[in-house]
Amino acid sequence: MASRRDFIKISGLGLLGLGVTGGAWSVLRASTAWEDLVAEGIRFSPTYCEVCFWKCAGWVYKNEKGDIQKVVGNDDDPHCNGRLCPRGTGGTGMYHDPDRLTTPLIRVTENGKQTFRKASWDEALNWIADKMKQTKEQYGPESVALFSHGTSGDHFEHLFKAFGSATLAGPSYAQCRGPRDAGFKATYGAGVGSPEPTDIRDTRCLVLIGSHIGENMHNSQVQEMAEAIDKGVDIITVDPRFSTVAGKSKHWLPIKPATDLALLLSWMHVLIYENLYDKAYIEQYATGFEQLKQHVRRFTPEWAYGITTIQPDQIRATARLMAAAAPAVIVHPGRHVTWYGDDSQRSRAIAILNALLGAWGRRGGFFLKEKASLPEYPYPPYPQPRWTWRDTLDGRYALADEAVTNTLIEASIPKEGQAARIKGWVITGTNLPQAIPEKGKMLQAIDALDFVVAIDTMPMEVTGFADVVLPECTFFERYDNLRNAPFREPSLALRMPAAEPMGDSKPAWWMAKQLAERLGLGAYFPYKDFSEVLDWQLKQIGSSLEEMKKTGVIRLPRKSDNLYIKEGEPMSFPTPSGKIELYASTMEQAGFDPLPNYIAHPEPPEGYYRLNYGRAPMHTFSRTANNPNLTDLMSENDLWVNPKVARIWGLENGQYVWLKNQDGMVSDFSIKVRITERIRWDSVYLVHGFGHNRKELSRAFGKGVSDTQMITAVRTDPVMGGTGMRGNFVTFLMQEPTKIKES
Amino acid sequence: MRYAMAIDTKKCVGCSDCVVACQLENNVPSGYCRDWVTETVHGSYPNIEMELRSERCNHCDNAPCVRCCPTGASHIVEGGVVLVTPNMCIGCGACIESCPYDARFSHPDGHVDKCTFCIHRVRKGLQPACVSVCPTKCMYFGDLDDPSSEVSKMLRTRQYKVLAPEAGTKPQVYYLV
Ligand code: SF4
Ligand code: SF4
Ligand code: SF4
Repeated sequence: MASRRDFIKISGLGLLGLGVTGGAWSVLRASTAWEDLVAEGIRFSPTYCEVCFWKCAGWVYKNEKGDIQKVVGNDDDPHCNGRLCPRGTGGTGMYHDPDRLTTPLIRVTENGKQTFRKASWDEALNWIADKMKQTKEQYGPESVALFSHGTSGDHFEHLFKAFGSATLAGPSYAQCRGPRDAGFKATYGAGVGSPEPTDIRDTRCLVLIGSHIGENMHNSQVQEMAEAIDKGVDIITVDPRFSTVAGKSKHWLPIKPATDLALLLSWMHVLIYENLYDKAYIEQYATGFEQLKQHVRRFTPEWAYGITTIQPDQIRATARLMAAAAPAVIVHPGRHVTWYGDDSQRSRAIAILNALLGAWGRRGGFFLKEKASLPEYPYPPYPQPRWTWRDTLDGRYALADEAVTNTLIEASIPKEGQAARIKGWVITGTNLPQAIPEKGKMLQAIDALDFVVAIDTMPMEVTGFADVVLPECTFFERYDNLRNAPFREPSLALRMPAAEPMGDSKPAWWMAKQLAERLGLGAYFPYKDFSEVLDWQLKQIGSSLEEMKKTGVIRLPRKSDNLYIKEGEPMSFPTPSGKIELYASTMEQAGFDPLPNYIAHPEPPEGYYRLNYGRAPMHTFSRTANNPNLTDLMSENDLWVNPKVARIWGLENGQYVWLKNQDGMVSDFSIKVRITERIRWDSVYLVHGFGHNRKELSRAFGKGVSDTQMITAVRTDPVMGGTGMRGNFVTFLMQEPTKIKES
Repeated sequence: MRYAMAIDTKKCVGCSDCVVACQLENNVPSGYCRDWVTETVHGSYPNIEMELRSERCNHCDNAPCVRCCPTGASHIVEGGVVLVTPNMCIGCGACIESCPYDARFSHPDGHVDKCTFCIHRVRKGLQPACVSVCPTKCMYFGDLDDPSSEVSKMLRTRQYKVLAPEAGTKPQVYYLV
């Protein structure tokens, strides 16, 4: 059956126009090397990287003609300390990619076939504004939803709030760090946030639960881990896969997948019943210790051994190692933690362990972060929406602090005799089909919606479902908000255009402003150029845009002197009791286990293997899979298979196989087998973000398998709506599936 | 003067930042590289050891690639750095054959190419591109004849090895283990 909204190929449209390059100007700095470069005609312009969310500040190098040559970390930046990660270093590939979107596109039907045609900005913007207006009149502004990720989302969020919609969501919550933040909030009264306030450089013991620092290149964390290795840190890595960091660990615990909570509970048992926990800290700052003590009594290392396959003496030894290092110990909260559907409870267990070790607020544990107080630009107040994303929860996920993408998707699907609440989507900076599992539901929603708009720099899968596609310029070509992220010391970083937008692409602020003007909301965008906002903000704190262009980064002193809790210092936590809640009253009130429990998760059926996925240091999500600099480093993902499994199946290294999951989902493409001892025999592993099915992504098309495609079974976290994605099992198909069908 | 590099395998995470930084610094054509990352794994699950190494031309003290070059394109400059002069290179590939480390490749422009220790940067007082970008700061570059250089200090205080010592090439990239 033909869908109302067919997936359209963009082919042939929006080819690169002539890039106009910007005027060169120079920055003089004290260093001689810098001066030499300036003398050679090199010009620098400040930015912060958008290849991932770490937002490292850097300098874009341009030659005399103004062509962008490379980008190098800004020495003053605490997020990168002058060194970008491989994705950041290769980030210029995003700018140079010949597959970029460079013109607005509108969906049309020609000879009964849906296709895109090039459109002028006026046409595209008018189309969107009309749809938004119509929807507002008919259903209210709340019925237009925004999905966003990254800094360009800021401008559209502002537009949406001005428009009267708080139906806003990003996959960074329910598909990623949401459970962690819910678990920590229930314990300490606040989530972990980004960047994580882990004091890795001074830690003596770093505990990683499935977190693979070094493969995830969260820049300053990787840097600090290397520094800690120099200082002799003991690393304990819990992972069924021998990750890069497992190779640097004193203890690698090759845990049976999906049993981490049992290990965490038995660690608590050892710390409490061997009297290794920080008594003074717990007495002064925490509540619920007695309940916790009773609760974990039966969770002995022997009990955990039967579940996790980790030897009891190893469980004891690692718990003692943590206690010996305390409070300079970090049980890392991780980042992507939507695994099994009980992830908030696992995060609670991690939060509790850190409390028992007295690590929160202590040197070598977690520092107390601070961000710059930067005045908000004086926009008019936003109207009050009649309903928000929270209403789409329909009474579920009581501790969700941010919108759950999936409930917005559900609210876009009409149910029997009931119209959907959400009628239109605007999607910016996020490739939903590669980020959110259960594609079937997404397609149902897309089919029912009145309109879909996608804004991206690249012809990602998501653009194929849009009625209108707007080409965004890359972070090399635009102003965005100042980066103001909490860290040890507050700092600000500037992003400014190093070149004119390529072709007909435009910055997000410009698109949002243009739409606002068409929607009668011009008062919310009272500037000609977004740089005026930055200049105004910087002037409020005694600087200016001109000044900041010379440094790229401003470091500010802390207002409070409490980077760590001082010995015995009174401290109030933003929980209901004002204490660290080992026994979580907010969980109890909402009807959830106030203390975490282990529950068994499904295991792979005969002949199937648990699908584990993770990161490679040279790629970010699905975003970089077409970046020419980065495909040079890694052009496809491979499938890690244990040699025993390979023998059973007769697999050979380098052979391509297709995957089929427990629900019969067959991968669009094949994946190269990598036989390695680094993976357990009950699971396989691949790097997320590959297997693109758009030909317009000329380097990424058909390369490897998309883990997201293979995730059809989702176990939803009842606490906050996170989509647990690690309960999917795959088997190998040796032949191309269509050929199997034919025979 | 004797330029050398020491690379700490305990810190390297195999991220390949050194590779992409080199490609961009030296205009290495797409699909080629002057440095690369090697992973060696020993043992079987769950008793595994792994080493990650960023590898490149070793700027050997006893370089077979220079000796076998018929035109003198392969030559040695200050600090023992081994270079290839593109317009003297006839692309015969003898050096590629002679190198035990597979450090050289045929550049699509017809000459042989490889790591130069970023001598153009070093001459300006900068570190090689790979060293300057490495997020784990696991690479040390400097003059072995200078006892206060970082590389000298690392080799004095740490255990190290070189690759294929049996080849007798006296490589000058050292791996801290
Ligand atoms: S960690 Fe890497 S990709 Fe992320 S912002 Fe920093 S340099 Fe860019
Ligand atoms: S940049 Fe540094 S950490 Fe990364 S692979 Fe190269 S040497 Fe290793
Ligand atoms: S590593 Fe190879 S190319 Fe480099 S000097 Fe030694 S033999 Fe020559």
